[in-house]
Amino acid sequence: MSRLALGLSTLVAVLFVAALVVGPAPLGIWHGLQALIAGGDGPEVLVMREIRLPRALLGLMIGGALGLAGAAMQGYLRNPLADPGLIGVSGSAALGAVLALQTGLAATVALGLPLAALAGALLGVGLVLALAGPRGSSLTLILAGIAISALAAALTSLVLNLSPNPFAANEIVFWMMGSLADRSMTHVAIAAPLILLGSLMLLSLARGLDALTLGEDAAEAMGVNLTRLRLVLIFGTAAVVGAATAVAGAIGFVGLVIPHLLRPLVGARPGRLLWASAFGGAAMLLAADIAVRVILPTRDLKLGVVTALVGAPLFLHLIYRTRQEGL
Amino acid sequence: MLALKAGFTAIGLLAGTTLPGVAENAPRRVVSMNLCTDQLAMLLADEGQLISVSDLAHDPRSSAMVTEAAAYPVNNGLAEEIYLMQPDLVLAGRYSQLATVDMLRRLDIRVEQFDPATSLDQVTERMTRMGGLLGREDIAADQITRFDQRLASFRDGIAPRPRAALYFANGYTSGDQTLAGDILTAAGLINIAAELGLVSGGVIPLETLAMAEPDTVVTGQPYPGASRSEEILSHPVVGALQAGRPSTSMNAQDWLCGTPYVLRAIGQMAELRRDVQADRERQQARK
Repeated sequence: MSRLALGLSTLVAVLFVAALVVGPAPLGIWHGLQALIAGGDGPEVLVMREIRLPRALLGLMIGGALGLAGAAMQGYLRNPLADPGLIGVSGSAALGAVLALQTGLAATVALGLPLAALAGALLGVGLVLALAGPRGSSLTLILAGIAISALAAALTSLVLNLSPNPFAANEIVFWMMGSLADRSMTHVAIAAPLILLGSLMLLSLARGLDALTLGEDAAEAMGVNLTRLRLVLIFGTAAVVGAATAVAGAIGFVGLVIPHLLRPLVGARPGRLLWASAFGGAAMLLAADIAVRVILPTRDLKLGVVTALVGAPLFLHLIYRTRQEGL
Repeated sequence: MLALKAGFTAIGLLAGTTLPGVAENAPRRVVSMNLCTDQLAMLLADEGQLISVSDLAHDPRSSAMVTEAAAYPVNNGLAEEIYLMQPDLVLAGRYSQLATVDMLRRLDIRVEQFDPATSLDQVTERMTRMGGLLGREDIAADQITRFDQRLASFRDGIAPRPRAALYFANGYTSGDQTLAGDILTAAGLINIAAELGLVSGGVIPLETLAMAEPDTVVTGQPYPGASRSEEILSHPVVGALQAGRPSTSMNAQDWLCGTPYVLRAIGQMAELRRDVQADRERQQARK
């Protein structure tokens, strides 16, 4: 248990430092880290503090948020296919963010961008849970997710095509696949409050989710308020996914892959899986963001491409296994 | 700047009169369906000779001659509408509306295509060609002489040349083998794209831009409505490179086409270059 915590946090720390030293500017590792910590007035400080640090921080925060949200939803629905990207929550959040940007709400209201994305995510997660029911079968869950994803993607594309800005329509791919390129400390400040708040809400669900593995009646008998748990789950997921999508676009599969890989290591207890998936998600997204910068340094390869290449085969495997179990 | 504008108005008036007139066999009904041929034709055509310009000619973000274009009916580059105008010459770009161009040629209408200009030398080439097509060689030669004189006036005694970065949406820049690159050079600025090995243009990552430390950053003007592509222009790194130093955003309409209006862009860049040099002298004086 503690070995897992140590291993995961070491992995995240190593990848975080690696994310800080990878980039098109030819900075030595020590030279770069020195500029980051000690400061000064050379261009290295600008590169480290205004370009690489926000990018690494966003990778850490958003990866952690997506892993956590995936683990929480899977624990609540007791279904390994629940991932915020797959069931349309990220897509709805992207729609909220795009509406806020194109109506000017994002520029006029403080935190208008992440709050609008939160509202979109809330709508998405609420619809999915309403359609799939409290203990939805895999089939209804995935079908509801596909329908909501398709609708949100269509509306997002429509809004971007109607924009007076000729670049907006080309950015459909960013909102569908996600990227951390050219983000700044402003984006960290926009996303951090809601991600922190949502993560605390989701982490507070540990005991309730553990109890829920025994069934709803048993959980209620143990004093778990299921209505409250459901509400905290919905708001927590919407907050982290909304804030993450608002600044980085919809990044899929992190919340699917990470809980699946870590579940055997935490004794299949959903409560412990929460924090472990937060660390694991952070590691996966940092690694993916390093990969896109190593593979195509000067072009903006989208993060969703890398996460889907890893995640989609696993998704197929999970569907196959679900069918075998006759669920 | 004002003198320059006055100069163009004078050219415009001259083009409006029928002083040297149009040659006997010159086209009488000319339709232009490309932003740049629109401007060349408006500068050189005789009164009544040009009967329609493209819709972009009326767009103040793209067209340097919005006021002049208001006098001409608009076409949208559709074969049907252009055929109904019964033109005897259609002017088009090399790479746009190829289907329309093909169809007009099949209908036996003469279409002349212009390549986009990639250097200042090509400005006078395009003007000579347009003058020939419209049967207005004399007017063209006259305007070319003025253009060359104005251009030469920018090219004296400039040293040391400040290093400038052109920075557009998505981090795109223009290299030395482009019209924009030539405009910078003519104004006495060094284009950092060349230092970074970009010849015709490409992407400068933010990190590379920061490490290159240009003396001034010239950004594109953002369009209305939000876009992630243009967010890079307000990134703190671009802000830090521009802070406390002279910098400017470009008026795209003067940079897009190989017409004498590039002189306005050169004028704006030369002003920027003088500001950078003055700023540098002030800082040295303080030390």
